[in-house]
Amino acid sequence: MRSVDRLALAHLQLAFAAFVLACALGLWQMLARSPWPAPGFTPSTYFQSVTAHGAAMAYVLTTFFIMGFGYFTADRALARPLPGLRLAWAGFWLGLLGVAMAMAPVALGRASVLYTFYPPLTASVWFYLGLVLVVAASWIWCAVMILAMRGWKRANPGQAVPLAMFATVANAIMWVWTTAGVSAELVFQVIPAALGLVETIDVGLSRTLFSWTLHAIVYFWLFPAYIAFYAMAPRAAGGRLYSDTMGRVSFVLFLLYSLPVGMHHLFMDPEHSTGFKFLQMTLTVLVAVPTLLTVFTIAASFELAGRMRGGRGLLGWIVALPWREPMVLATGLAFFMLFFGGGGGLVNMSYGMNAMVHNTSWVTAHFHLIFGGTVVIMYFAIAYDVWPHLVGRPAPSLRLQRAQLWLWFIGMMTMTLPWHYLGLLGQWRRVAQFDYSNPIIAAWAPWVLVSVLGGAVLLASALLFAWNLWSFRHAPAPARPLAPFAFAQAVHEPRRIPAALNGFGMWNALVAVLMLAAYGYPLAQFFISPPPSALVHRVDGAPP
Amino acid sequence: MKSERDILRTELQWTLAVGAAAGVVSLAILWASLAHLINPPSNFETIDPAALHLSDEFTESNLGTRVEADGEVVTRIVATQFAFAPSCVLVPADRPVTMRLTSPDVIHGVLVTGTNVNTMIVPGYVSQVRATFRTTGDLLMPCHEYCGIGHSQMWAVVQVVPAERFKPDAQGRAACEKR
Repeated sequence: MRSVDRLALAHLQLAFAAFVLACALGLWQMLARSPWPAPGFTPSTYFQSVTAHGAAMAYVLTTFFIMGFGYFTADRALARPLPGLRLAWAGFWLGLLGVAMAMAPVALGRASVLYTFYPPLTASVWFYLGLVLVVAASWIWCAVMILAMRGWKRANPGQAVPLAMFATVANAIMWVWTTAGVSAELVFQVIPAALGLVETIDVGLSRTLFSWTLHAIVYFWLFPAYIAFYAMAPRAAGGRLYSDTMGRVSFVLFLLYSLPVGMHHLFMDPEHSTGFKFLQMTLTVLVAVPTLLTVFTIAASFELAGRMRGGRGLLGWIVALPWREPMVLATGLAFFMLFFGGGGGLVNMSYGMNAMVHNTSWVTAHFHLIFGGTVVIMYFAIAYDVWPHLVGRPAPSLRLQRAQLWLWFIGMMTMTLPWHYLGLLGQWRRVAQFDYSNPIIAAWAPWVLVSVLGGAVLLASALLFAWNLWSFRHAPAPARPLAPFAFAQAVHEPRRIPAALNGFGMWNALVAVLMLAAYGYPLAQFFISPPPSALVHRVDGAPP
Repeated sequence: MKSERDILRTELQWTLAVGAAAGVVSLAILWASLAHLINPPSNFETIDPAALHLSDEFTESNLGTRVEADGEVVTRIVATQFAFAPSCVLVPADRPVTMRLTSPDVIHGVLVTGTNVNTMIVPGYVSQVRATFRTTGDLLMPCHEYCGIGHSQMWAVVQVVPAERFKPDAQGRAACEKR
């Protein structure tokens, strides 16, 4: 096996191991909140579990999947040796060390602050240091991606960077911007508090810094799904990408509008005025644009493919698509979930309307549907697509792969539709249990039970996913080597391309301007007239 | 196969449609904000969380519901690990109520079930929400933000009574009826 393939495989395996464990914890948490009993339940174990579930899903699954897929993409799309291969391996081990450092205090019950920290609650310092190492590892990945693209451009002057790689580097650059917020919060506020160097924390500042990261991180997770939509799904459907240019435009728009919008997570907060909340709300509306452009371009690509396969009439092309291909099936299911998840998101971002749903199960439902649904189902499809090329064997069973995707879709809908409804009824988030003897809460019970069943289906799907990857080991080696991996071709491959759609210099400058406008004063206010700080509250059992 | 120009034309048409949709959504929100005053609670007002008991407003004796001299109904609530003080507030139905909340320790948050009352409570700040309760009865007011191991046990009740049963005392104070 080639070293770059081993590198990608190591990242993907770690990501999915964390994923399966976190799914099991998720089901247990749902039992705890339901009228049914959850074995081993105490409030302490519950919040320990929520911290582990959130950190494993949000930091381990995503970061390592994106890194592994990025190395694979750089290797296959650019077709030249990956620069800094040893550096990339160092990044992997650094990230693994970080995961171990962060998860050990969680397992010991000394870091039950959830993955979003909530200072002035303060956990064991190892939790935060471990996460800083994971971020540092991801920065190594960013550097390798940027170097790989730069090297390719130097060797191929004037040519268009392959779309999959262009998007991967857009994500790497966005991620460097994104992590600036949480890194500043950890390094200047939370870690000094955890070390006992300071006794108080400016909570308004820490929330604002975290909000800087909190929306763009979601787009970091989402990029691989969109790369699959543009650069893998049209090929799997037997067609071509409708427009390479619109792909580039969409990825640039994601880079621009994912960042200056994080304050929509703080609509209900007292430390910001309506003016900046309104400004960032307006920018949030714009981040819907690249998603809607993508839906059109991918639907058009699929229509071309369907018609090439003999589909006729207004909708006949949909029937003619090769739904037996896991990548095509996953894309269809992902779009279906995107419809509901995106609609819910419109409510969340609608400024005053946010009061109806903030910190209710509606929000939990929204991000499980759009991340756990739309995005993670594409992680599965990507894994199924690249695994044969990483291990050199064909998939043992496409049928089991499709069954797994369907189970995930059914489970996700069964879990999140009741959650949306419960959120509208006022069921709040982040509690370990509900008092079902209260008549208001008792009325929720049937919907809670339905959602638990959805969670059980999701766990079954996660286990089947693990089995599907594991069973490649038992697949017979192919008689002939597999056809080399190829990304989708566009109907019209770009021949000449404007520099703005082949690099990021100008866009970086624009991100800086937008961030200055959106976050400049909201951050500066904490230094111009510092508000009263809050005392540090340790949750790790250490003496204050 | 479509020419490059055809493809670009359809994409641009779609982009215009998407842009128009985004514009309509923005205008609807702007209209709700300006014409109906539907805005998030953004009361920028600081307070020292370590000295609430020394403040005039959030001392223990001043918590709960009070009709101010100008007739405004104000409830003052302190959210603390892991209880609200007071644990029940009485409010009159169909009359504007101003809720003022703050925290001496960590981040909390509240919603009132069945209403649009929703705000974060961040130590260092006073959160303020204005609401008119339309239905009478006991509404749940849980802490909706993770504040520590006892978070799930942290909740209070908003008791909404008809105007004729809302009888403040000589100081303008009103407390929950015995339940």
